[in-house]
Amino acid sequence: MESLLAWGHYLAGITWIGILYYFNFIQVPFLKVVTPETKAEAFKHLVPNALWWFRWGALFTWVFGAALLMNQHRMGSAFLLQGPDAVIGMGAWLGTIMLLNVWGIIWPNQKKVLGLKEATPEEKAKAGRMALLASRTNTMLSIPMLFFMANSGHASGLF
Amino acid sequence: MGNPLDTISGTITAGFVLTVVLYGLVKMLV
Repeated sequence: MESLLAWGHYLAGITWIGILYYFNFIQVPFLKVVTPETKAEAFKHLVPNALWWFRWGALFTWVFGAALLMNQHRMGSAFLLQGPDAVIGMGAWLGTIMLLNVWGIIWPNQKKVLGLKEATPEEKAKAGRMALLASRTNTMLSIPMLFFMANSGHASGLF
Repeated sequence: MGNPLDTISGTITAGFVLTVVLYGLVKMLV
C-alpha cells in the first residue's frame, strides 16, 4: 500500500510541478512575444489542456500525499510540526498552500483570462495579473517544498 | 525595488532564500 501511495504521489507531483515550471519558464515568456492570433490559438487549444493536467495533478498529488501520511499514522504530527515529523510537515504545509493557490486563485482567474467565465477587459487584465502572481508564488514555494520533501527521510542527515 | 515575482530569476532567488529561512526554523523544531 505504502509503495502504491508513494508512486501515485510522485507521478502526480511530477505532472503538477512539471507543468508549473512549463507555465513559468516557457509559456509566459512565449505568450509575451507572439502575435495576438497565435495567443488566441494558444488560449483555445493549448492552455486549457495544460491547465487541466495541472490542476488535477495538483489535487491527486495532495490526496496521495495525505493518504501516505495517514497510512504512516503521522498526519497530525506532520501538520503540527512535531519533532522529526516537522520536516515532512513543512513540505506538506507548503504543498497545501500551493494546492489552495491552484484551485482558489490560479484556476478561477485563468477561467476569466481564457473566456470560460465572462469578464470585462479590465477584469481579464486583473485576473491575468493575479494568476501570474499566484503561479510565481507557487514556483517560489516549490523550491523549499521539494527541499523538505526530498530530505524528510532518515538518510539525509540534514535534520 | 520591484516585486521579485515579476522575474524568473527573482522568483528562484526568493525560493532559495525562503528555503534557508525555513530550514533554520524546522531545524529548531526537530
